[in-house]
Amino acid sequence: MRRVATALTAIGILGAAGVLLSCNKNPTAPKSTPQTYAQIPGAPHALPPPSASPPDDGNWVMPGKDYASTRFSALKQVTPANVGKLALAFTFSTATQTGFEAPPLVVNGTMYIITPFPNYLYALDLTKPGAPAKWTFKPKPAAAAQGVACCDVVNRGAVYDAGKIFFNTLDGQTFAIDANSGQMVWRTQLGDIQKGETITMAPLVAGGKVLFGNSGGEMGVRGWIAALDEGSGKIAWKAYNTGPDKDVLIGPDFHPFYASDRGADLGVKSWPPNAWQIGGGNVWGWISYDPELHMIYYGTGNPGPWNPDQRPGDNKWTTGVFARDLDTGKARWFYQTTPHDLFDHDDINEIILADIPWGNGRRPVMLRPARDGFFYVIDRRSGQVLSATPYGYVNAYKGVDLRTGRPVPNKEKDPKVGRVVRDICPASPGLKDWNPSAFSPITGLVYIPHNNLCMDFGAAEANYISGTPYVGSDVKMYAGPGGNRGAFTAWDPVNRRKVWEIKEDLPVWSPALATAGGLVFYGTMDGWFKAVDARTGKLLWQFKAGSGIIGQPISYRGPDGRQYIAVIAGVGGWAGAVVSAQMDTRDPTGALGFANAMKDLPTKTTAGGMLYVFTLPR
Amino acid sequence: MSSRFRVSLLVLGAAALTLTACDREEHHSRAKPVGETVPAGMSPPTIFPGSSNPPALDYRAKLYDNNANAIARGQQLYTQMNCVGCHSHGGGGMGPPLMDDQWRYGGRIDQIATTITEGRPNGMPSWRGKLTEDQIWQLAAYVRSLSGLPSKDAVSSRSESMSAGTPQSLTPHPETNNSDAVPQ
Repeated sequence: MRRVATALTAIGILGAAGVLLSCNKNPTAPKSTPQTYAQIPGAPHALPPPSASPPDDGNWVMPGKDYASTRFSALKQVTPANVGKLALAFTFSTATQTGFEAPPLVVNGTMYIITPFPNYLYALDLTKPGAPAKWTFKPKPAAAAQGVACCDVVNRGAVYDAGKIFFNTLDGQTFAIDANSGQMVWRTQLGDIQKGETITMAPLVAGGKVLFGNSGGEMGVRGWIAALDEGSGKIAWKAYNTGPDKDVLIGPDFHPFYASDRGADLGVKSWPPNAWQIGGGNVWGWISYDPELHMIYYGTGNPGPWNPDQRPGDNKWTTGVFARDLDTGKARWFYQTTPHDLFDHDDINEIILADIPWGNGRRPVMLRPARDGFFYVIDRRSGQVLSATPYGYVNAYKGVDLRTGRPVPNKEKDPKVGRVVRDICPASPGLKDWNPSAFSPITGLVYIPHNNLCMDFGAAEANYISGTPYVGSDVKMYAGPGGNRGAFTAWDPVNRRKVWEIKEDLPVWSPALATAGGLVFYGTMDGWFKAVDARTGKLLWQFKAGSGIIGQPISYRGPDGRQYIAVIAGVGGWAGAVVSAQMDTRDPTGALGFANAMKDLPTKTTAGGMLYVFTLPR
Repeated sequence: MSSRFRVSLLVLGAAALTLTACDREEHHSRAKPVGETVPAGMSPPTIFPGSSNPPALDYRAKLYDNNANAIARGQQLYTQMNCVGCHSHGGGGMGPPLMDDQWRYGGRIDQIATTITEGRPNGMPSWRGKLTEDQIWQLAAYVRSLSGLPSKDAVSSRSESMSAGTPQSLTPHPETNNSDAVPQ
């Protein structure tokens, strides 16, 4: 048996080395790179499914890079050896003052940038010196939408497919724009700001459908996901995440793994009467797609209100993962990460598709560094949790019971109306919030940008008035153990352990990028854009941007054949609202309690959106 | 005259003195009825062509501004009507902060009352028809008090926030240099 395992390991290492050698076409890449990766402990390691992660063509057409959401670039001109020479190629001001969470997209010599409200879409010509603008599309969303967006007026990205750019606007519209001319092809409005509904997420386009959901978990908005026809913008299907089975598109095909998710109309019965109608479970994060299983995967947001005493029950189908059929939207399985969520631990984080070594073969799983602090490995065919391991400090739960899939509660941290519970870790934004990790098939590691925050939580009766916040809590956040408010962690999902960690003073609110050159990029809220060694976490290069970075870095091949790294700075978002919304830090409860942890941010950075693009000198 | 009666007179006199010395506790439960409308469309600080002065302060302002009773009632409404969800306990979040010296639409109590009644274009909802005019003035009095403009003796010395807040009377307010935020 051991001999078999050794042989398998050897094959795995040889295979990985083979992959590396076969794509090492660029003469500038140092020859030492392949050997070093094979030395990563724990190989053979996780790999993305090939159908969801096709070979890199040098473009970057969707925020997650591919359907497996790897955020991995196979470009390798920039390496640990030469990254020190990385230099600015060009910049572009986005004319915005609010949080910039979106990545730029690159399609065949054109770069597309979607801004936060007012959601301008810029097209830059990468074939000309300085990348001048080709056109700007202004969707002119309703200004009042800014008043119902819970945590800054962000947009998490556009997506390109078949000659069109698709994006959502804050006031609940979806646009399709001709990628060449910048003319509108269609628009559809599914969100209603009068109910407090906004749309902040990036759509996913797959199988001729444009998929996205609504935001508004802090406004008593009932969560849904919808699919529009890619050609016409007409609605193909829409599934709610609370309410009766017919609304949730639960039918005979629905086979959840755990018993507590089985039964009729649980989206009604696991709530007090009618509370599901204003119960949240929104879709504002990320969608992944497995073309072989033909399933889409997405997480649902927190139940409303935050005050848990007002909603006894499991509050299905909030704070969990849905698998649905792409064509019909019908639910296939569901796993509820935190039933009856107590702490605003939305489950909307990225879903990385990977196939991990299992027995003599590989098992199709999803990798999820979740908001509740656990790194979940879940079978993506069935919804069975294979492991759930804390990747940072957690005291809000005592672990996850793998027989039931439910977290083991820590009763001491249970909020109750009229009392303040102190030192709850992780705080409401979780050990990690929306900003996605990157997954390198070369190292097999997941690079997690995250928080280290704890909180005091005082629950109070919330009063539902449509179009206004429905929260019911006073929160005050602060740094967790160690005093660092953020961290950047390399995680081995197979051996379920931390490989290295970089402590950051501020929460890390930017997504991550991994490249085949052996680098990982991320930004900090005080404006440093960093390149670290993918194996060791050693800081190799950094650049100080004009504003804090919460945007997603990407890497693309320019029309000149060179590798470029791009990121958009512009502090804001929930964590940076202290700066972008010019908040008064004397009130610790500002921005739902985040202000207390970010009192020093206004002294460290200022607002303003700006694209930075880097490359190696010729 | 018994000594007890003399003491009572003294107490009454002292009480009368206290009351007349300060109208912060004044409660207009039987005051002369006032028009049941809030100032319609009271403009933000701006230029008034052909005259050098902004319109006079609404005559009802003095019934509410700097009045402990109105501020206390406004403080309750502030939580009940979910103002706290956007503006927090003055520090802001979804909505702008209210405890600083910046007033997008004017910091006079009649301007604040207009903002609450009519809403504002970047997301402030309109509360017309949802609150009585009296309640809107009370809310405006509390919102104005968050900025530290009214005197400290009128504001609450306890925090409405359970976990974290500093009582209003203990919140430091540095002297403002904002020309739009001068005391009325």
